[in-house]
Amino acid sequence: MSGTKKLGLRQRYEHLTRGLDWETTYQPMDKVFPYDEFEGIKIKDWSAWEDPFRLTMDSYWKFQAEKERKLYAVLDSFAQNNGQTGISDGRYANVLKLFLTGISPEEYQAHRGFAFTGRHLRGAGARVACQMQSIDELRHIQTQIHTISHFNKYFNGIHDFSKMHDRVWYLSVPKSFFDDARTSGPFEFMIAIGFAFEYVLTNLLFVPFMSGAAYNGDMSTVTFGFSAQSDESRHMTLGIEVIKFLLEQHPDNLPIVQKWVDKWFWRGHRLLGIVAMMMDYMLPKKVMSWKEAWDIYFVEAGGALFQDLARYGLKMPKYHEIATAEAEHVSHQNWCTFYQYTHAANFHTWLPDNEHLDWLSEKYPNTFDKYYRPRFEMWGQMAKEGKRFYNNALVQLCQVCQIPMVYTEPGDPNTICFRETQFNGQRYHFCSDGCSDIFKNEPEKYVQAWLPVQQIFQGNCGGATIPEVLDWYGYKFGEDNFDYVGSPDEKLWNEWHADKIKAAS
Amino acid sequence: MAQLASITLMHNDDARPVIESIIADNPGVKILNMPGAVKLDCDGRITVNRASVEERLGRPWNLQEIHLVLISMAGNLDEDDDTFTLSWRH
Repeated sequence: MSGTKKLGLRQRYEHLTRGLDWETTYQPMDKVFPYDEFEGIKIKDWSAWEDPFRLTMDSYWKFQAEKERKLYAVLDSFAQNNGQTGISDGRYANVLKLFLTGISPEEYQAHRGFAFTGRHLRGAGARVACQMQSIDELRHIQTQIHTISHFNKYFNGIHDFSKMHDRVWYLSVPKSFFDDARTSGPFEFMIAIGFAFEYVLTNLLFVPFMSGAAYNGDMSTVTFGFSAQSDESRHMTLGIEVIKFLLEQHPDNLPIVQKWVDKWFWRGHRLLGIVAMMMDYMLPKKVMSWKEAWDIYFVEAGGALFQDLARYGLKMPKYHEIATAEAEHVSHQNWCTFYQYTHAANFHTWLPDNEHLDWLSEKYPNTFDKYYRPRFEMWGQMAKEGKRFYNNALVQLCQVCQIPMVYTEPGDPNTICFRETQFNGQRYHFCSDGCSDIFKNEPEKYVQAWLPVQQIFQGNCGGATIPEVLDWYGYKFGEDNFDYVGSPDEKLWNEWHADKIKAAS
Repeated sequence: MAQLASITLMHNDDARPVIESIIADNPGVKILNMPGAVKLDCDGRITVNRASVEERLGRPWNLQEIHLVLISMAGNLDEDDDTFTLSWRH
């Protein structure tokens, strides 16, 4: 492959990606690229763009085709061999419900966002990289739908994931995150998704969580996960390149970029709380705790990255210390919320058993026994007495992240964190200083938020009662929601296992 | 604080010669085994050498084939026909 007569990789890449663009003559360049200046970012020389992967389109198609062949061989084999009966426990299927309704639709949003950004950046190198990423993201949602459709034949709650994504109360959290990114200018989108999300945060989802899928016997999900993540490596490289490029192009770019990094780090941190809960509570066999994953992928890897970017004057994202402190709380606070609202979720919840509680105590020595274990033990006791606790109140939501106001004050886990501000005579509420700052920077944007609870009260969600709203969400009441114990999912799982024991004896 | 250059690969047969080459060529590499994946960390810099992988594989190997088994990485990437290096040094 490396014969001396051939061009080197660098030269091949240059030949195949330079000279693709031209100065337009029928229309002025500023009319052809109308969106790459209003954000205030100054670019002096687009040709300084470096793509370190130097992947040309022909190699891209070759490798992507190979990845797809391997992935589909696994999916086919999983289906043919009834792989769903070999997962660690029926509870595991619930992470896939969250994945398909909450994460896969964001792959599609990312696909559209990168298609738009690729169209609207003036530099050819950046456009090629965005085009590849846009196609990758489309591949990701397709492979995820394909993989999880097999589980949909057996488990409840994922029959109408796309409608649920647009309507369900807690799915407005990921939806609004990507809506926010996609309604930003192209450079902010690149910092939001390319840098803050891909580089700093997606490892937490696609590495330890997917390793968890492997550990729980879900060979099809780990395969799409790692197949997607092999594209993510390229995306992360694009993310780091874009930030270096912007910071090198003009010193005026630094404060703009810093503000975006601060904003999107905080928004990403809030969004990933759902993955924290998936890892600590929903994987029957656990790989590592959320806190351990946060330490590896944010404290250690993020720390190295920001140490590197310090030479441009870029600082660690604002409130990163608070985010790190919250890594000891967020999974517990989220699972507690879903436990109380299990009737309004499209997946099942359960109380951790004693072995699981002990694991959490061991992994969270500073917080679990003190703040959360007693809560689960109390709920366990109540359930035993026939008084399973449900919370029927409609919760107040944060205007920015749209998460119910369930998080606690930094340093005071017994007090709910609550911030508010006024804008144009209206009062707005926030879960944190991070979300409050984001609002204050762009209030005109966030006053338009589609907040699920407000929408229910305004009569826009199917009716005034919980069953009517859940019907509008597309849930099958009594099948998709409530506890795992007693669910049709559990009944089916137990039947499969009874059959296995019978076959063995 | 140590700046770890890092590469995470699938733990499968295609990746095995790559993993072995990295371990052989990067003294002091730390290995984190996870189900299905292996994370290799080195302070400051980590390199994959094409020649090293070819020696173990017994056939010519295009460095870009690493895309088929790559899960994640950390560091600034420098890639040419012979080496694939992630580093935090300039």
